[in-house]
Parts: sequence; structure tokens; C-alpha cells
Amino acid sequence: MQSPAERPLSPHLQVYRPMYTMVLSILHRASGLYLSACSLLFVAWLAAIAAGPAAYSGASRFFSSLAVRLVLTAALAAFWYHFFAGIRHLAWDAGLGFEKTSSRRGAAVVLVCAAAAFAATMCLTQAGRWLMGSP
Amino acid sequence: MNGHRGTATRHWRNQRMTSIALLPLGLWFLFALLLQPALDHATVAAWLAKPLQALLAALFGGAMLWHSMQGVEVVLEDYVRGRTLTLSILLSRLTHTAAAVALAWAIFTIAAGGA
Repeated sequence: MQSPAERPLSPHLQVYRPMYTMVLSILHRASGLYLSACSLLFVAWLAAIAAGPAAYSGASRFFSSLAVRLVLTAALAAFWYHFFAGIRHLAWDAGLGFEKTSSRRGAAVVLVCAAAAFAATMCLTQAGRWLMGSP
Repeated sequence: MNGHRGTATRHWRNQRMTSIALLPLGLWFLFALLLQPALDHATVAAWLAKPLQALLAALFGGAMLWHSMQGVEVVLEDYVRGRTLTLSILLSRLTHTAAAVALAWAIFTIAAGGA
């Protein structure tokens, strides 16, 4: 790995006045980093399945605790936000949606779609209701 | 600048490839998980023991961990510098590689019926 030490740093965030473009961009990075951390929970869950029923029942108690259910609920929200904002990024890469009005509309579409998908998966699926605490 | 020629382009293109792959794979995993009738060991082990489901889980997990590693590096390169940057990227790569090995072992074990 070559040393990237002399590459320039991004200007730090607190020098800017917050704008929706910037807030959405930060949310994309924050949700991505959060999902990165949660991917370790995913691997741990698969490893518990592979380790057999006894190990899995211990893991189940861990995953059913209130704290972990809150972490997973936030992961579901982060998934949907990152999913739709990611589509917006791919559209940008294809050269679409850069104009001020279409960029603003794209931002609204991302937020509405992510909120709707989150609400639907929470309320309409068995696992979503389990996250909210019903057995 | 001391990046190798083409490194950044390849990194950029690979990150787009994993994000496009994760659109269907991420939806598959999320809905397959959310729509399981129960989340006890017998149910989830039987789900992931099916060959196609095991393959999809491996593809999803591999693409996600690769995409995660790419994303973490982009953020680190923007906000960390010098020796800390080199060390944090190394730590991220080690963590992601260890997770990928654990993932491969787990899926292989479940698919082979050993779980």
C-alpha cells in the first residue's frame, strides 16, 4: 500500500453553512459507516447459525435485547436511506439530475421513498413487528 | 501525488460495480429475512441450506463487505492523514477480510448441512 500522506484533505465540515445537499451527503456517509459496523452483526448472526442450535439460542437472546433491537431498527432505516440515496448517486454518475431543480426534487424523492419503505417494512412484516417488540 | 496511475479510476469503478450489484442483492436479503415465517435456528438454517439461497447469501455478503471496505476507505482518505491514515486503512482491511473469511466459513457450513 503506497503512502497517501501528501494527498489533500477535504475541508472540515464546520466551515460550511448547512444546506440540504450537504446534509444528505453526510447522511449517506453516516448511514454507510453505520451499515459497515452492522455488517459485523450480520456475519456474527451467520456464524451463530453455522455453530449450531445451542450457540444460536445464545445469539437470539442477544439479538432480542432492547438495545440490539434498537440498533437493528436504525440499521433498517440506514439501509433504506443508503439504498435510495445510492441510486441518486448512480444517476449523478450517469450525468443525470445535476440541475438545481432536479437535484432538489431528487433529494425530496430520496427522503420520501426511504421514509415510506422504512415505515412499510416496520409495520407490514413479521420481523418489523418483532423489532417493535411484539412476540 | 503518489497514487499509482489508474488506481483511483479502478477504485471508483469497482465501487460503482458493488453498489449496482447490491441493489438487487440487498433487496433480496432484506426481504428474504423479513419474510421468514420465524427466526428460530431450524427455519433460518433450512433457508440458507438451499443451494441458490446459500449462493445469494454469499454474493450478498461478499459484495457488501467489499463495498463497505471501499466506502470506509473513501471516508478515511477524506478526513484522516499520514500514519494514522495508513494504519486505519490497514485495520479496516484486516477487519473486512476477517469478516469475509467468517462469512465464507459460516455459509459453507450451513450449506453443507453441518449447522
